[in-house]
Amino acid sequence: MGSSLLSLTIFFPFLFAIPLLFFNREKASLSKFYALAISLLVFVMAASLLMNFDPSQGIQFRHVALEAWLGEETDVKYVVGLDGLSVLLFAFSALVFPLVILGTWTSVQKNVNEHLFFLLVLETCILGIFSALDLFLYYIFWEAMLIPMYFLIGIWGGANRAFAATKFFVYMLTASLIMLVGIIYIGIRGADLNGGIFTTDYQKLLNLDLPFTIQAILFWLFAISFLAKAPLFPLHTWLPEVYAESPVSAVVTGVLLKMATYALIRFNVGLFPQASAYFSTFIVVLSIISIIYGAAIAFAQKEMRRVLAYSSISHLGFLTLGIFAFTEEAMQGAILQMVNHGLSTGLLFMLVGFLYERRQSDRLSDYGGLKKVMPLGAMFFTIAMLSSVGLPGLNGFVGEFLILIGAFKSPVLQNGTYAVLGAIGVILSAVYMLPMFQKIFLGELKSDENRRVSELNLRESVVAVVFVILIVWIGVAPSSFLKLSEKSTASVIEKVQQKSSLTSK
Amino acid sequence: MTLHDLFLALPITFVTLWAVLLIVVEAAAKRAQLTFSLTSIGFLALIAITLVTNEQGYAFGEMVRLSPYSQFANFVFALSGLLVITLSQSYLAKENSHFGEYSIIVFIATLGMMLMACAANMVVLFIGLEIMSIALYVLAGVMRKDLRANEAAMKYFLLGAFSSGFFLYGISLIYGATGEMTLFKIGIYLQENGATSLFWVGLSLMMVGFLFKISAVPFHQWTPDVYEGAPTPSTALMSTASKAAAFTALITVVLNVSSQTENNANWKFALSTIAVLTMVVGNIAALSQENLKRMLAFSSVAHAGYMLVGLVAANDAGYSAVLFYALVYSLMNIGAFGVIALLEQHRAFTSASDYAGLFKEKPLLAGVMALFMLSLTGIPPFGGFVGKYKLFAAAVESGQSWLAVVGVLASAVSAYYYLRVVIFMFMREPQSENQFDGVVMSPTLVWIAFFVVILGIFPTGMLRFVSEAVKFAFKM
Repeated sequence: MGSSLLSLTIFFPFLFAIPLLFFNREKASLSKFYALAISLLVFVMAASLLMNFDPSQGIQFRHVALEAWLGEETDVKYVVGLDGLSVLLFAFSALVFPLVILGTWTSVQKNVNEHLFFLLVLETCILGIFSALDLFLYYIFWEAMLIPMYFLIGIWGGANRAFAATKFFVYMLTASLIMLVGIIYIGIRGADLNGGIFTTDYQKLLNLDLPFTIQAILFWLFAISFLAKAPLFPLHTWLPEVYAESPVSAVVTGVLLKMATYALIRFNVGLFPQASAYFSTFIVVLSIISIIYGAAIAFAQKEMRRVLAYSSISHLGFLTLGIFAFTEEAMQGAILQMVNHGLSTGLLFMLVGFLYERRQSDRLSDYGGLKKVMPLGAMFFTIAMLSSVGLPGLNGFVGEFLILIGAFKSPVLQNGTYAVLGAIGVILSAVYMLPMFQKIFLGELKSDENRRVSELNLRESVVAVVFVILIVWIGVAPSSFLKLSEKSTASVIEKVQQKSSLTSK
Repeated sequence: MTLHDLFLALPITFVTLWAVLLIVVEAAAKRAQLTFSLTSIGFLALIAITLVTNEQGYAFGEMVRLSPYSQFANFVFALSGLLVITLSQSYLAKENSHFGEYSIIVFIATLGMMLMACAANMVVLFIGLEIMSIALYVLAGVMRKDLRANEAAMKYFLLGAFSSGFFLYGISLIYGATGEMTLFKIGIYLQENGATSLFWVGLSLMMVGFLFKISAVPFHQWTPDVYEGAPTPSTALMSTASKAAAFTALITVVLNVSSQTENNANWKFALSTIAVLTMVVGNIAALSQENLKRMLAFSSVAHAGYMLVGLVAANDAGYSAVLFYALVYSLMNIGAFGVIALLEQHRAFTSASDYAGLFKEKPLLAGVMALFMLSLTGIPPFGGFVGKYKLFAAAVESGQSWLAVVGVLASAVSAYYYLRVVIFMFMREPQSENQFDGVVMSPTLVWIAFFVVILGIFPTGMLRFVSEAVKFAFKM
């Protein structure tokens, strides 16, 4: 029962998205309620999976279908399952979608049915990515995700949408095709373990013991794809365009970027532990550059969404730092921080979206003094901002603290400098976030347009409150969330330490 | 020739007799609609025959060889032919070229392709190639009053005749070198005696003929002009089924001489160079094409390159991947040309920018076209992805990962020009209001799209079939 529930959860949004294409185009609100109901149902299913998840066990809810998918001579099949690394992100992704549908209730006005259709298709792809346990299946979800994203940016984006969509698509396609070669190659190597039959089964491949040079090549074939999606400097150039143009930036932040960091742990670290340990310093240096560079550029931006875009690059650097420090604290912190960043920046994007809807402007200079007309909005913005800069008591602090502690203690980095530089990044985030708040909410109400800005309505407040509850909850009681990933993280770290100590001898 | 032979070769016998019947009916009744219906019935019956019969063995004194291999090929040809004539009806009516002969010639072209796929003797191979080619020359020039179509037909004819000459000369040299016309006997001779340089010259000349038909670089120059000038449904047939036929025949030939090619570095080098050039040149040239048919012409060059990768891999996985790709590619390319034909007959829409705003007015048509474009790019969950995956996996398996890398990079380039069409359809405003009024969506296109999706999500059965079929391509 449990196993098929997982598959049902994954494909539910897609299956029930198809009728949307035949809904009456004139009655958009019906479609919206329908899509909201579907996404809420999916969330309920995902939540029940989370409730039934047993942190002391490995992979759960495993469901296998379509054996010998690509013919007898290959062992490629449909396998999904959740473990401590993925279960939280899975449930969180399912939560983001109803919130996004609510948040964009009025801002999307043309082709509403298609918009909701693509959103739900995207949800299926993302849930699939977080639960696929076969590399080939993973790749299908990973690349199929480009299609809804491409249309979401390209049809409902801003003035420069076609360019942003194409850039995104070509960037991601190139990176993931390189990964495809890696998947084929590892599948062929996997045949040694599988009685001579090509296999992309993740659990079987975990036992693969590849020579270091092969691991190194495969590590980069996979990593380029994930680092481009993460994105890590210098592969980040697609992100600001996409953020600036996309109406669903909150989804992008909330879940899309996390798929890449999740995949780094799952595939790069899991399958190529020696190579991961070997290249960890290099990746950590790139992470530090991303943290500082992203923060510096964010400070110089004059548009709200671009500030958030570059701040995301900065925050994503923390995640890769946490992953490649190879301590349990840091990796646990990174997993929690994936959710945290989705919450804080997700809420910020939502609020910026609400502001944009009212004022039709993205420029910081057009705003000012809005605290007087929308105190509630200002309050939510403050909470999200404080969460983003890592105020103790809110969620961001927990994740960043764990990552920095882990980086200090890291056996592979052997040097506290990276942690110190990372800590500077935390300070920098306050440097660009606080002025942004100041420019939007403080000061005088200069123009008539700003005076006419209305307070958040009930729907918008509900969305914000859900985010805020989770922000505070994780901040106050992080242990219940950390417990989920404890065992899986420990086994990943153990494997890396075991393998990398072998190389040094 | 015995009665048994006629039954063994039932698909060929049937198509030949039915073609004669069609000619008689057309001559007597002169009603295009009737001939079209009868041709469709012929194709449907052929599909039924290929699905039901699975006789195998040599017929007509080792002239043709029936096996699951030719069975699969016949299925692809029949399906392509059926789709092409269905999509061409309204197009030809608009262009005042609605002749019953059109359907008949497509049917006869299919006969040529079938002969190529089941040929066990080089003479039959050549006859099949000529039947197909001559039919295609006529199909290219079927719109007699259209200057461009005439030019296309003339170019195709001249170059095609030239390449046939090469092909035939190659056959004669191989005969001279081995003293055999039957493919498997050539194989046996080569195994026992090895190859002479005369044989290699012959094989190379034969390859020129094949590479011309599949429009591989450097024998591709005719492709854009001919594809652009010919009536769109004819182009659809040229770019799909005729390539599939050339590939099936090519695989048979290569497998029979594999004792010589298997460990020959020169052969490997030549073939992989051509494959790389074809992928790279095709994709790069397609980038700068404004005219959609020219773009798809270069894209079809690129796809021939992907399929050549399967041949370079030279293992069962590679050959079966080529077969699978031939099917998927036929479907998605006929679909894409079908959409173009549909819009072309409405107004002279030729470039991607003419499609601006199609999504707004005809969402289903735009959606179907986007699906074909994404599948041609090789994005899952569409059939094009599975096909490409199998081809590149075969290359990696045979130890030529670099070919797979070139292939995937070339596909990444291709995303740019396929997506341009999608951008115009979905992300631009129409040039004028209601310019797509009166465009009637063809249900055939929806069916094709459906098959492309099915082959992408549930390819298992078809993959199993092709990997079985390929085992029969070379059996004495």
